[in-house]
Amino acid sequence: MTREKLVVIGNGMAGCRAVQEVLKRDPDRYEITIFGAEPRVNYDRIMLSPVLAGEKAFEDIVINDEAWYAQNRITLHTGCTVEGIDLTQRVIQVAGQQAWPYDKLILATGSEPIRLPLPGSDLSGVVTFRDLDDVGAMITASANPDSRAVVIGGGLLGIEAAYGLSKRGMKATVVHLMDVLMERQLDASASFLLTEALAQKGVETVLEAQSEAIEGKDGKVTGLRLKDGRVLPCDLLVMAVGIRPSAGLAKAAGLEVNRGVVVDDGLRTSDPAVFAIGECVEHRGQCYGLVAPIWDMCRTLGEALTAGTGAYEGSALSTRLKVSGVDVFSAGKHLGGEGCEDIVFRDAGRGVYKRIVLEDGKVAGAVLFGDAADGAWYFDLMRSGQPVGDIRETLVFGQAATEGLRGLDPSAAVAAMADTAEVCGCNGVCKGEIVNAITGQGLTTLETVRAVTKASASCGTCTPLVEKLLKLSLGDAFQAQSGPKPVCGCTGHGHDEVRRRIVAEDLRSIPAAMQALEWATPDGCSTCRPALNYYLLCAWPEGYRDDRQSRFINERVHANIQKDGTYSVVPRMWGGVTSAAELRAIADVVDKFAIPTVKCTGGQRIDLLGVKKDDLPAVWSDLNAAGMVSGHAYGKALRTVKTCVGTDWCRFGTQDSTGLGVRLEKFMWGSWTPAKVKLGISGCPRNCSEATCKDIGVICVDSGYEIHVGGAAGLHIRGTEILTKVATEEEAIWTICAVAQSYRETAWYLERIYKWMDRLGIEWIRAQVADPADRKALYDRFAYSQRFYRIDPWAERVAGRDSHEFNPLSRRMEMAPA
Amino acid sequence: MNALVLDPIAWTDVGAVTDVPVRGARRVPTPTGDVAIFRTGDGQVFALVDRCPHKGGPLSNGIVHGHAVACPLHNWSISLATGHPLGADAGKGCAPTVPLQIRDGRIYLGQP
Ligand code: SRM
Ligand SMILES: Cc1cc2nc3c(=O)[nH]c(=O)nc-3n(C[C@H](O)[C@H](O)[C@H](O)COP(=O)(O)OP(=O)(O)OC[C@H]3O[C@@H](n4cnc5c(N)ncnc54)[C@H](O)[C@@H]3O)c2cc1C
Ligand code: SF4
Ligand code: FES
Repeated sequence: MTREKLVVIGNGMAGCRAVQEVLKRDPDRYEITIFGAEPRVNYDRIMLSPVLAGEKAFEDIVINDEAWYAQNRITLHTGCTVEGIDLTQRVIQVAGQQAWPYDKLILATGSEPIRLPLPGSDLSGVVTFRDLDDVGAMITASANPDSRAVVIGGGLLGIEAAYGLSKRGMKATVVHLMDVLMERQLDASASFLLTEALAQKGVETVLEAQSEAIEGKDGKVTGLRLKDGRVLPCDLLVMAVGIRPSAGLAKAAGLEVNRGVVVDDGLRTSDPAVFAIGECVEHRGQCYGLVAPIWDMCRTLGEALTAGTGAYEGSALSTRLKVSGVDVFSAGKHLGGEGCEDIVFRDAGRGVYKRIVLEDGKVAGAVLFGDAADGAWYFDLMRSGQPVGDIRETLVFGQAATEGLRGLDPSAAVAAMADTAEVCGCNGVCKGEIVNAITGQGLTTLETVRAVTKASASCGTCTPLVEKLLKLSLGDAFQAQSGPKPVCGCTGHGHDEVRRRIVAEDLRSIPAAMQALEWATPDGCSTCRPALNYYLLCAWPEGYRDDRQSRFINERVHANIQKDGTYSVVPRMWGGVTSAAELRAIADVVDKFAIPTVKCTGGQRIDLLGVKKDDLPAVWSDLNAAGMVSGHAYGKALRTVKTCVGTDWCRFGTQDSTGLGVRLEKFMWGSWTPAKVKLGISGCPRNCSEATCKDIGVICVDSGYEIHVGGAAGLHIRGTEILTKVATEEEAIWTICAVAQSYRETAWYLERIYKWMDRLGIEWIRAQVADPADRKALYDRFAYSQRFYRIDPWAERVAGRDSHEFNPLSRRMEMAPA
Repeated sequence: MNALVLDPIAWTDVGAVTDVPVRGARRVPTPTGDVAIFRTGDGQVFALVDRCPHKGGPLSNGIVHGHAVACPLHNWSISLATGHPLGADAGKGCAPTVPLQIRDGRIYLGQP
């Protein structure tokens, strides 16, 4: 009996697996022929990364050797590209051969790597990463001493390429368009950790980099030029920017093709005798780039070609990165979204970050970094769609921690936990230790349990469990306690702890702080981000890169937003003193930009209200030209220094209060503070500049200067308290700057000076500045920070910085469509 | 082959994804008012009419966190995916979403 002719185009992962699935079910049904363009037997493509890294040899990754083809009576044509399909004659065309007939045809042509059409992309040394020949080319290039590689594309493939090349001794750099590595699998937090882990392995990353051209000499690549002008020198350039389904052959034959070859749930193309599987396929609008869906497709196709049944319904996806020692797993809706909740766990000590995304009480996705052992478990939970409400509390700790408790009510579950069960993953504390500490040492509060056992002292995620253990051990005697008020819902840490650890652990960016402090959300919220930004800026004046997106709009655009979305502009008027030239310039600006309101503020200066956002840089430019700078009326910063006329004119004046105010303002302006800071300097106790209700005030007297702190006249009315009295203007300035610096370093974000004083006490503040050496040290730190911050932000914006804040993205939709 | 299907929405290319700061926003003026385009920390892009359902605050000026924006005027938190207020202010109106497509790193807006 003649067997039906089954022809497969593509000797890759999908083609061979499909044949295996058919043989498994009905070994004698078909006469099978496989055509493969690559000159070799079927191998495991995903293991090319370890081959490149030198961790495996080609022989290790062969899936089916020649003997397999022979045993199963399969005719294999290697190095043989199929060039055409005649659907009516049911034959395929191969160069230099007769037309080859089929009864059933399987397309498994995979995909092609995308080559960016950059100038210079045809230079020698520019390669992609798809098959063994590419790997060979890369290994050859890496053999030259001191050679460098640039990989365009920070996805899975690009990172594995760079890691492999770096292991082969090349200096490798990954250049990525986005600001997140593997953005289709990871979130910003995991990407941050990955960047660090790669750096430790010698792979550098350049994010948000747009490639412009490939540079070369004598036909060989020498570097990659970026849009911003940077040139990254290299001897090898790998493009790993994505793949495109190889559907050209199918399209030319007249099969229905969109992005990929369109197939139905039976994996049949628009021609009933032709099937397609693998990366060349588009199924229900989806193209895949991973092997798991391919295995699913091949199983269905095996059914279809033998029993005539089976349907493929799409696949859920999960990814693991194959870089030794870097454990990364991602699946499903890893970024969350509308209606989703995140459970985040961070263990700074072990460099672990886990984010489990829940939707409707079920696992909808996961990102794991540093410890991906439970990846498969989360993936199972996700695919099975089982509700996880009852295991929610322990879910993030993984399968082992959860299984023991499943199905039990929470307190019974805690009672049922083994003494050896781990409660606090961060510090490795188990139930027995905690219970022993509670009963043995008579502990009654969460705080003391934390202090004694360290349980729940790090990320705080296990706090509810520890509280349950307290309750279990103490019964009604236990009342839930609270520690210091956390910064916000994203963390269990209070402000002091955050500030202390930023300095102690040398944390220098928001992602670094969030990881080390085990933040419970992926990128914080509008409460904690501005606070972290301030704490970092205060701790590292010289190097910290301000995070604009963590600032309230007023501080981002250096003006105050008004109820109608326009802005107000308040230039500095040093000590409340102005001149004809300044007033004239203000008047001109008002006319030129048709500014609707000009008003004297309660802070001795002039407010221009109702300025359009787009006009801000031009308004500032004109004010700058007349010598005026930003008044920071918008900032958690030094605001006004109100003065009275003092000895210059007043018959009661005892000191030069105006002059001191101007000196102070000129020295202190531009400094960022936890909340706004206002100063008042009065020339005598009549106090015409209201110094005794300012954050810091000075009352001049015959014998010197009384320094006052902690006043307010806003939501609360508070008179100041006298801090100290000094004899000279110099000492007054040192003391005021020292107090300001002490406030900058110890207050909580948004805590005004009077609240800071309520919390720590006037005696404490006095003690900070009493010793001249301490006072000098504080003053010096203030002065040092001012070297970086006494800069007019308006002038910077006029010069073009952050211009995107002021210009619309596009004006192309301004007109109504024709 | 597929019949040519006309897309009923007119799409306008308003710029590159990378022109919008991460965890930030840009605005696009239209005859019916501004549209705010947001880019989140995880690289997703959203478009809403640039008017807070509370008192019309320009959402493009807010702080973007997760998939939400904090309105610059009174700090309501607005979902970027739906335009609905979140948390305590849920159910109080919404900032309409605007059709948006990303193709080859460019942002295309439909008429709001
Ligand atoms: C413009 C001005 C009113 C005026 O027309 O005179 C003003 C306007 C605003 N004040 Fe004020 N305050 C102004 C002087 C004051 C004063 C008087 C003073 O500085 O001597 C006080 C009382 C003194 C004090 O600060 O204790 C004052 C206490 C407040 C408070 C309450 C602060 C508190 O901690 O109790 C707020 C609310 C806040 O900051 O959270 C506030 C907030 C505001 C805001 C920023 C409201 C806001 O968040 O949008 C207003 C911004 C308007 C704008 O766009 O310019 N403003 N505000 C004054 C600008 C002074 C300047 O030159 O910079
Ligand atoms: C370096 C690397 C690492 C990867 N790592 C992972 C991973 O960790 N996890 C994961 O899930 N996936 C990974 N992948 C993706 C995975 O390898 C692919 O999804 C899978 O190989 C696709 O199988 P396929 O059969 O559709 O295509 P392929 O395996 O590419 O097979 C297609 C074959 O068809 C041949 N062909 C094409 N056109 C013709 C023609 N006209 N005539 C004859 N032959 C033709 C090609 O030469 C090729 O050999 C990785 C890929 C690469 C390159
Ligand atoms: S008193 Fe109230 S209304 Fe007047 S400027 Fe200050 S914050 Fe605005
Ligand atoms: S206008 Fe947006 S919160 Fe009030």
